[in-house]
Amino acid sequence: MSTTGGTAAETAEHEEHAGHHPTPQEYVRIALILAALTALEVSTYYFEFGAAAIPLLIALMVIKFVMVAGFFMHLRFDTKLFGRFMYTGLGFAVVLYTATLLIFVVDANQ
Amino acid sequence: MTAVAPSTSMGLDSRKLGMWTFLASEFLFFGAFVSAYLLYIDETNGGPGIEIFDIPFTSVSSFVLLMSSLTMVLAHNSHVRGDLRRMRLWTLATAGQGMVFLGGQVYEFTVFYREGLDLTQSPFASSFFFLTGFHGAHVAIGVLLLLGLYSLSLTGKVKVGQDVKTEMVGLYWHFVDIIWVIIFTVVYLIPELRV
Amino acid sequence: MASTTAAAETPRLRPSKPTGFLSWVATTDHKRIGILYFWTVLAFFFIGGVESSLIRAQLAQAELSVLTPEIYNQMFTMHGITMVFLVVMPFAAAFFNYLLPLMIGARDVAFPRLNAFSYWFYLFGGIFLYSSFFLGGAPNGSWVGYAPLSTNAVSNMAFYAVGIQILGVSSLASAINFIVTIINMRAPGMTFMRMPMFVWMTLTTSFLLLFAVPIIAVALFMLQFDAVFNAQFFQPASGGDPILYQHLFWLFGHPEVYIMILPAMGIVSEVMPTFSRKPLFGYAAMAFAGAAIGFIGFGVWAHHMFTSAIGPVPRSAFAVATMFIAVPTGIKIFNWVFTMWGGRIRFTTAMLFSVGFVSMFTIGGLSGVMHAIVPHNAQQHDTYFVVAHFHYVLFGGALFGLISGVYYWFPKVTGRLMNEKLGKVHFWTWLFGFNLTFGPMHMSGLLGQPRRTAVLPGELGATVELYNLLSSLGVVVLAISASIFLYNLIRSIRSGEASGDDPWDARTIEWMTATPPKHHNFDVIPVVTSRDEFWHRKYAESEEGIPVAVPVGASVDEESDAGHDEHIHMPDPSLWPAIHTLGVLPLGYGLVYANWLLVGIGAVWMVAGMFGWIIEPLAEGDDDEPAVAGAAAH
Repeated sequence: MSTTGGTAAETAEHEEHAGHHPTPQEYVRIALILAALTALEVSTYYFEFGAAAIPLLIALMVIKFVMVAGFFMHLRFDTKLFGRFMYTGLGFAVVLYTATLLIFVVDANQ
Repeated sequence: MTAVAPSTSMGLDSRKLGMWTFLASEFLFFGAFVSAYLLYIDETNGGPGIEIFDIPFTSVSSFVLLMSSLTMVLAHNSHVRGDLRRMRLWTLATAGQGMVFLGGQVYEFTVFYREGLDLTQSPFASSFFFLTGFHGAHVAIGVLLLLGLYSLSLTGKVKVGQDVKTEMVGLYWHFVDIIWVIIFTVVYLIPELRV
Repeated sequence: MASTTAAAETPRLRPSKPTGFLSWVATTDHKRIGILYFWTVLAFFFIGGVESSLIRAQLAQAELSVLTPEIYNQMFTMHGITMVFLVVMPFAAAFFNYLLPLMIGARDVAFPRLNAFSYWFYLFGGIFLYSSFFLGGAPNGSWVGYAPLSTNAVSNMAFYAVGIQILGVSSLASAINFIVTIINMRAPGMTFMRMPMFVWMTLTTSFLLLFAVPIIAVALFMLQFDAVFNAQFFQPASGGDPILYQHLFWLFGHPEVYIMILPAMGIVSEVMPTFSRKPLFGYAAMAFAGAAIGFIGFGVWAHHMFTSAIGPVPRSAFAVATMFIAVPTGIKIFNWVFTMWGGRIRFTTAMLFSVGFVSMFTIGGLSGVMHAIVPHNAQQHDTYFVVAHFHYVLFGGALFGLISGVYYWFPKVTGRLMNEKLGKVHFWTWLFGFNLTFGPMHMSGLLGQPRRTAVLPGELGATVELYNLLSSLGVVVLAISASIFLYNLIRSIRSGEASGDDPWDARTIEWMTATPPKHHNFDVIPVVTSRDEFWHRKYAESEEGIPVAVPVGASVDEESDAGHDEHIHMPDPSLWPAIHTLGVLPLGYGLVYANWLLVGIGAVWMVAGMFGWIIEPLAEGDDDEPAVAGAAAH
């Protein structure tokens, strides 16, 4: 029906990214990395990592999250708008619920 | 590739945009469950607590769900290349892994129930079953979508060139997977460090 | 226009007639869905009004017993639920549905069947809630449903938990629909900064719904499982924390108040420029103030909980955040005032209601800032002062704005004008009755009258009794006023004066097409080159900046394109959204009564309905149907 002149830049960006999707071999490679990261996560159950365990687990979680979202959900290749939507939702959730839990903690310390 | 850019203001596919909008809101949904779980993690009311988790077992089912994302993306990739036969194969494989994960969850819940952890036991139990149960419900809906996609591709309703349909199911499926990535770490692994 | 319905083979289960009952059940036309919303809202508004009349009858004097305490509790609970979820929110949705595609130059919303789905979910949710009256009593634990009272069977809140959940699904679906429509389906040249302000407010409201509804969904699931299945989320005896419910409720509940007020703000921002013959003052500031209200609105929820168990640090933080939100709101109020300043104002009924909105909303906003002051808040909490405050923003604010919209767009929908004389009587009685009802509540609240109390205690004294009597008399005035409105509405639909296409000398593009609009809205989608596009097509500016009329027809889109309307594909009618959503009734009753057979029937019904929906052949074809896509490429 219609394309808007004012958003031509966005459209161009969209086209530029299209066609850069990974090949099946690359997908398998990404999955292998994810598997290895999961193995590293599970190893914290068997081995003592001390104070490093929690930061390590959180870092691994974030890496896995970003990899699945970026490659399997095509956020790296699609329009930036999709990613902005998703990370807005995620950001809202993290900030609001962290604040809520903090209120409980602050209250408990009174 | 589908060569035609949809004729919309932003040059985006409305259905994909709608799916992403929905997924954005889902973070708030699961976030509330995670918060309740974290708040109640020690409120066991004398019943079982986090020591009840079977990390090796859950690791295996987490791994299965993670790998189902690979088969899902391969199904989409096949669809993009016009190979409907492979697309169906990978779709079925994804649904199968989803069912394995669900079976694992049913088994896990049954074991926990026998060991004295049920929904009415404690705030910890309620919040654990709610968080993992609602995630399981999402997986179940995903399996239904995958089976629907599979059967519709057999009847000719999903055609070559309509890979957005597979992509939509895929987006949902990967989302359910990344939520489990978070749950696995936050619900199982990090609390388990304290045991 | 016959040429718009593609002559593909019609599947069974699709009504082919363009009129009649089934055509409404199956409609996917955003205009018809908007009209369905409007009449349903009116029905619920009547019921909610009757409930409030009963409340005021009971409180007209001290120590009355018009209603038993049980009935009274059901009345104030259902009054709140009805007015919030079944009147104000869907009233806004009626406007979104009817106007949004017209205002951005689209032929329909992005997902027409999902739009019908939203309406049916709303209708069935309302019916479900009200069926509780016949099934052992309505919910009586207030519209906020605080645990642990609400988890006790005596409060009957299982119907509340499931009913609001159903309405939430409706809101979420329409939020997604409107966001995608606004982002993706604007006419050529309709950039974000050229959109009418109402569209901006629709977008902001939809985002608020998108992020707020999932939170209440979780709270309601927990509440319902506590109430019906004996879960332990909010049971202090086993270590549960009822404060968690309050947090989850208000994490949703505060954005919710902006969900209710922003659409009205959008309507007023359309009405005022038209009747002042001036562009909206500070367009960009208005748009971003709306977005800021939405954004900050997520960060102030705990000010509803100042008297709950939260510490002094959170209380201070939320007090500051709450005061901050008055800034963007103030920007908006000043911009409306400056829009009128120096304008050539016509005081039509629509304009009067908009001015009423700004003045009444300002009063409600100021008493709102008073609540932000923590010690003040502790004094006012759960008194009639709070009741006065939120009625000034929701009734004096949201409802005045929405009624202004009814008078303004009535000609667009019907092609007729509403009677202005009756309209003005309606406005002045409405304004008087409103202030008579809710003004005295400020005073009786400060004198200590508690809310949600079935009997007005005699010990509060004669002054408080007088204020209550005035409030009850105010409801009588409001009832008369509402009857005038209803009479005017029906009479004008039947025999109102013909309006012509552009009765108000309007500014935005929904007035550029036929009145009432054809099924496909625009014969030719207009190309937008400026804000207030329609105005600029009608008027050029002289060197002194005074608008000069452009000769008729000088700036119409090339008529040679008119032949295109033979290729307009409109969404097909479909019964599937109604069929699919019907399954929510067995599902809902099953969850309330812990009857797994009913739950199963409902779930299977809905899944089957979903498949029927998916495989239903579409005359216009899928967007990416290879043949269609190929045709579009060439």
